Amino acid sequence: MGILLDEAPYILENFPGGGIVITSADWFINWSRANSLWPLTFGLACCAFEMISANMSKYDLDRFGVFPRPTPRQADLIFVAGTLTKKMAPRLKKLYDQMGEPKYVISMGSCSNTGGPFYDSYAVVKGVDKVIPVDVYVAGCPPRPENLIEGIKKLQEKIKKDTIKNNGRAKIFK
Amino acid sequence: MNISYGLENIWTWLITLIDRLFCRAGLPYIFAYTLEKIIFGVALLVFISISVLFLIWLERKVSAHMQSRLGPMHVGGWHGWAQTIADMVKLLFKEDIIPAKADKWVHRIAPIVVFVPSLMAFLVIPFEKNLIGQDLNAGILLIFAFSSLAVLAIIMGGWASNNKYTLLGGIRSAAQMVSYEIPLVLSVLSVIMLVGSLKLNDIVEAQQGWHWFAFTQPLAFMLYIIAATAEVNRTPFDLPEAESEIVSGYNTEYSGLKYGFFMLSEFTNMLIVALVAATVFMGGWQGPKWLPLPGIIWLLLKTYLIVFVLMWFRWTFPRLRVDRLMDFGWKVLIPLAFVNIFLTGLFMVVFK
Repeated sequence: MGILLDEAPYILENFPGGGIVITSADWFINWSRANSLWPLTFGLACCAFEMISANMSKYDLDRFGVFPRPTPRQADLIFVAGTLTKKMAPRLKKLYDQMGEPKYVISMGSCSNTGGPFYDSYAVVKGVDKVIPVDVYVAGCPPRPENLIEGIKKLQEKIKKDTIKNNGRAKIFK
Repeated sequence: MNISYGLENIWTWLITLIDRLFCRAGLPYIFAYTLEKIIFGVALLVFISISVLFLIWLERKVSAHMQSRLGPMHVGGWHGWAQTIADMVKLLFKEDIIPAKADKWVHRIAPIVVFVPSLMAFLVIPFEKNLIGQDLNAGILLIFAFSSLAVLAIIMGGWASNNKYTLLGGIRSAAQMVSYEIPLVLSVLSVIMLVGSLKLNDIVEAQQGWHWFAFTQPLAFMLYIIAATAEVNRTPFDLPEAESEIVSGYNTEYSGLKYGFFMLSEFTNMLIVALVAATVFMGGWQGPKWLPLPGIIWLLLKTYLIVFVLMWFRWTFPRLRVDRLMDFGWKVLIPLAFVNIFLTGLFMVVFK
């Protein structure tokens, strides 16, 4: 991510008062990142409709600054909404790799958390965390939009505990 | 109309102050002139960035309320006013991806090339009679010349990303913007015929006392609004970035601040188009005499009215098909613009 975030925090640390600069930069950057989560919508099954419903009039994710983008390059967040089959897994991995660096994953619903009702199927990946790292698991089959909103709130809390010394990768709970 | 209030008084006072100071110091006038232009340019940049940030927030709020949603509500407190600031800061600190097989230099400079012409067009907009960067003789021509440069940057971005969707978006935008440039200029041409000058201040003064060209030239005004919507790539003419067809169009491969520049330039272009509409068709900085507000307030009120209409378009109409877009431009708008020019000319010959 360039010299600004890769090198500057470690150089700043050695100066007196550098810690204050880093923590206030942390606060500001984390505030902006937490409040501007642009999701790449990745609807795979019925959970996608709950995700769509969460974006629509009644639940309105736009209130929190969640603003769906069609392309992975501009997205910060990926909702994996639905059953991930083994055939689809490489595509998910590719889309995740195409996203720019501070990137987060919300696994939505039983299928993407653990395989759900298809736990014994030969074609289903038993949890997307076998393919990409997941930040927040939202339980439910499918989870209601309220649950998804709570998942986003949890992710915002997690982002706010991050520091630029981690290079944007949230390592707090890992 | 001799206006004795407004922002231009402060500006002329500042100019005379700088001139006198430089004169006392024995420096040539060119230094004072340069300093004045730099101050004006910086003030203009601040105005543009603040109003663009405001416009993005407004777009999200307008779209939300038209879909019976609320839009940004939580960021910053009052109705999510800090939403676009958070967006921009996030984009600033996001990874800057250049695809492996992209044309790196063209990919890098395209967002700058798209942003600079839209800023240049602000040079000749009269915010008030004397509050203007440079009152050029060919003012309106300069605006259209610079606004047609934006297509170059979009093709550069689309080509350099080395992606099918970006290329399609770039080519679509080239076809569309070149086609709709013609009715845009032709619609303003009838106004220029009536005024007899390309200077924007002359056009504004020709509309003194509610003789707006929006009333005397309604066809030209409608043609201008339609062509301007297409010129700034907004729905119903947003084919270059049609999300349901070609992923995100020409900016598919752009991330971080470069995408931010594309987004900012889109809204800057919208502001330019609305400012020109307000200046050429709606009386510019002139307001009713019984309500003495500064001219800039009147201009901005008219501008934001046009901007609101453009946003209204966006959330009302569905997207056109590519061939119908071309048909509409070449078979409807351009003949109508020529008819309008012919009628205006006839009118001028008969009644003068």
